[in-house]
Amino acid sequence: MAKIQLNGKKVDINSKDTIYKLLKKFNLNNKKVAIECNGIIVPQSNYKKKILKNNDKLEVVHFIGGG
Amino acid sequence: MEEVNLKKDTFKVANRKLKSRLIVGTGKYKNFKETAKAVKESGADMVTVAVRRINVLDKRKPILTDYLNPKKIIYLPNTAGCFTSDEALRTLRLAREMGGWKLVKLEVLGDKKTLYPNMIETIKSTKILVKEGFKVMVYCTDDPLLAKKLEDCGASAIMPLASPIGSGLGLQNKVNISLIIKQSKVPVIVDAGIGTASDATIAMEMGCDGVLINSAIANSKNPIRMARAFKNAVISGRDSYLAGRMKKNYFATPSSPTDGLI
Repeated sequence: MAKIQLNGKKVDINSKDTIYKLLKKFNLNNKKVAIECNGIIVPQSNYKKKILKNNDKLEVVHFIGGG
Repeated sequence: MEEVNLKKDTFKVANRKLKSRLIVGTGKYKNFKETAKAVKESGADMVTVAVRRINVLDKRKPILTDYLNPKKIIYLPNTAGCFTSDEALRTLRLAREMGGWKLVKLEVLGDKKTLYPNMIETIKSTKILVKEGFKVMVYCTDDPLLAKKLEDCGASAIMPLASPIGSGLGLQNKVNISLIIKQSKVPVIVDAGIGTASDATIAMEMGCDGVLINSAIANSKNPIRMARAFKNAVISGRDSYLAGRMKKNYFATPSSPTDGLI
């Protein structure tokens, strides 16, 4: 088990889970999102490679209505 | 004849051809359904969108892209709510990662009460974004010198405010906006503060290349109808500008011939 921060909320994940796995868990794998891990943007091509570690801070953003 | 002339009047931002000179925001609507309907009625082919955290826990919650297909309408990611260059850069880099968006709208705010742009941070950000290959449409003050500075830094469009964001006060400094229009080689799009359709017509008659509207449509009593009003207002204003208005005279000139009076 590992604990990460996902959009400011504490979330438990299995150790060695990738970003892709996490997105799938939250039904976000088919959505248009962008991800920052510890302040650094993770390219979409790395979602399956990037393994999450304890205390990682993840930001998942998307487009919302705005002026 | 006129139809032919109108067809030749193309609007391009950063080499992207747009059918409509009206760009609309997608904020402040009751729901996504209303957003989509208003956008459709406005005839706009470009919409501004914001970048925010996704609600990870509410899996069923609808999202904007379910209602406005980014393949069919041009998404213009903005940096609304950013008060520093770093925040704005972070937001737009994330937007680019999301779907390769290079055409973006930069706004760096300086004051919570007026939402007035911080031009020092705005210029700084424009330079960095242009270097990184972004095409930047820049929300700015109506100062002609600063507008020129942005153009020199490589801005793809200059977007001076008509009045504070969401105020609906309309064009408060027509002289400055005119000066910016006259000096700019990139499109000038009036952004923020437009209150009603006639304000948009006036901006277009002055020679603006386009207008960006959000609150005036979304906060009206009937946003769908107001979206249509703006569509027509922008077309009217552009036609009027291209047609060239008559000269103003201080005294009357009869419209009917004076010859052959009985």
